Amino acid sequence: MKIAVCVKHVPEGSSRIDPASKRLDRSGEGALNHFDANAVEEALRLKGDSDEVVVVSLGPEKAADSLRKALAMGADRAILVTDPGAAGSDLVATSAILASALGRESADLVLFGQQASDGDGAVLWAAVAERLRLPVVSQAAELTLEGGSLRVKRQTEFGYDVIEAPLPAVVAVSDAINEPRYPSLKGIMGAKKKPFDTLALADLAIDPADVGEAGSKTEVLALSEPPSRGDARKIEDDGSAAQQIVDFLAEKRVI
Amino acid sequence: MSTLVFLEHHGDEIQKGSLGVLTKAASLGDADAVLVGGGVKALAAEAGRHGAATVHVAEDDSLEPPLPQARVDALAKVVRDAGYDTVLFANSVLAADIAAGLAARLGAGLNWDLVDLESRDGSLVGKRPALQDSVLVDVGWKTTPRLALFRAGSFDPAPAAPGGAEPQVAEIDVELEEHSRGARVVGQEEEQPSGPSIEDADVIVAGGRGLGAPENFTLAEELARALGGAVGATRAVVDAGWYPYAAQIGQTGKVVSPKLYVALGISGAIQHKVGMQSSNVIVAINKDPNAPIFEFSDLGIVGDVHEIVPKLTELVNARKAS
Repeated sequence: MKIAVCVKHVPEGSSRIDPASKRLDRSGEGALNHFDANAVEEALRLKGDSDEVVVVSLGPEKAADSLRKALAMGADRAILVTDPGAAGSDLVATSAILASALGRESADLVLFGQQASDGDGAVLWAAVAERLRLPVVSQAAELTLEGGSLRVKRQTEFGYDVIEAPLPAVVAVSDAINEPRYPSLKGIMGAKKKPFDTLALADLAIDPADVGEAGSKTEVLALSEPPSRGDARKIEDDGSAAQQIVDFLAEKRVI
Repeated sequence: MSTLVFLEHHGDEIQKGSLGVLTKAASLGDADAVLVGGGVKALAAEAGRHGAATVHVAEDDSLEPPLPQARVDALAKVVRDAGYDTVLFANSVLAADIAAGLAARLGAGLNWDLVDLESRDGSLVGKRPALQDSVLVDVGWKTTPRLALFRAGSFDPAPAAPGGAEPQVAEIDVELEEHSRGARVVGQEEEQPSGPSIEDADVIVAGGRGLGAPENFTLAEELARALGGAVGATRAVVDAGWYPYAAQIGQTGKVVSPKLYVALGISGAIQHKVGMQSSNVIVAINKDPNAPIFEFSDLGIVGDVHEIVPKLTELVNARKAS
């Protein structure tokens, strides 16, 4: 069985948007998106002796660091798609590139983390599944495989759904599913010897006009300061706090 | 502009967030709606009251389980056949997967986590708070159809008085794609049997570590009941098993913007802040005067939740009774 895990390299620390390009500034230090570490961990947990875990990323060359971390955790092989022409890709363009890279792998299971900690996006897997024409289940709090199908406990607004689907399939895991392991020293040393492929758009036969900023269907028009909250009142409770809250709520007309 | 709004339903009710988005769409121009599931035709009139001229229904009990891909098939057919240029969704676990699947199917642009939408010289501009809501980004679409997901609580539903014209009901004959037939719901477990869900509530009373013990969540529950609201929780207490995940607010839970948010014993870490800071009015009670939550609260009380909250609940109840 082959399990592919899609991971993202995200900026570390306080991030900023570059006013010129209106894109997230990705020039600083970065790290493996921590929600994706849950997906890597789940792949390693499901992996049997004869199985292979492939980690796949689309990003700048520095994204290799995040892939190496996934290899150090225990993944077997890495694929980095990096190309200046892919920068600025929106959901539709990003899903096209990832689906193309994943299509070559024909994995039995494709895993995603529940969101990217930078763009706050939590939608990519469904677009990738649609392009691969595979069943998709998101927000998986438990995942088991049995005889060519999967069973997921999906967290929803209302409780849990138990969902079954045949493999191959795409699953986005919740960060409640496991505790990702830390890479061991042996894992870190071993990661350097593991197969690592770097692909450009041309290797995937993708026309640069279809991806990157040119191929994206959404755009950033302007940046502005969010409206401020106005004056905050802070008081020490002297025994009358409950009454003061009620008066305040009445003044704001929320009761 | 012709806009289609996906209406999510649970049981025999349309979700309030969906009706809010429909109300907004109707305020900007012609708006229609789409409902998918078992017995959904009965919900069409409610959609009509919120501004839908035509309600497309794919009514079939086999479509009732809340799975995204069959809904992508239904929406793709409606959008292609009727030529909608805009498709709007209220965010949820289900709606996000439908919107992204539809974007890939139609090769359409999807903007998500929007809190508002404006019509400017014939084109649409979405408002999206980014980077922990420290920046407000105006986003647009270069092509049609334009797809958008809105943050919970972005718009209030405004139903017209009953007795108006009934909407047109158009039935959709959905042909499911092969890959849309793969996933099946084999079991469901409800965690919130009573009271409004936190996405739908006008008032949320949320509890954090400062409540001290899981049983003290009754303080939050009683105040929520008095205020007619729902109970929320921080990630720390959900992880500790004090309260169910369905109530988790924050970066890894739900993003909410109720009219009133009452934070009990919540320090206000950034991960929680991003989930609730767009609430209209925020009241916080915390014994630590340096808790970050006070920086973005309209009213901050430095004090003991165990003393203040029971009194507050009593005063709110007394006010209701008078």
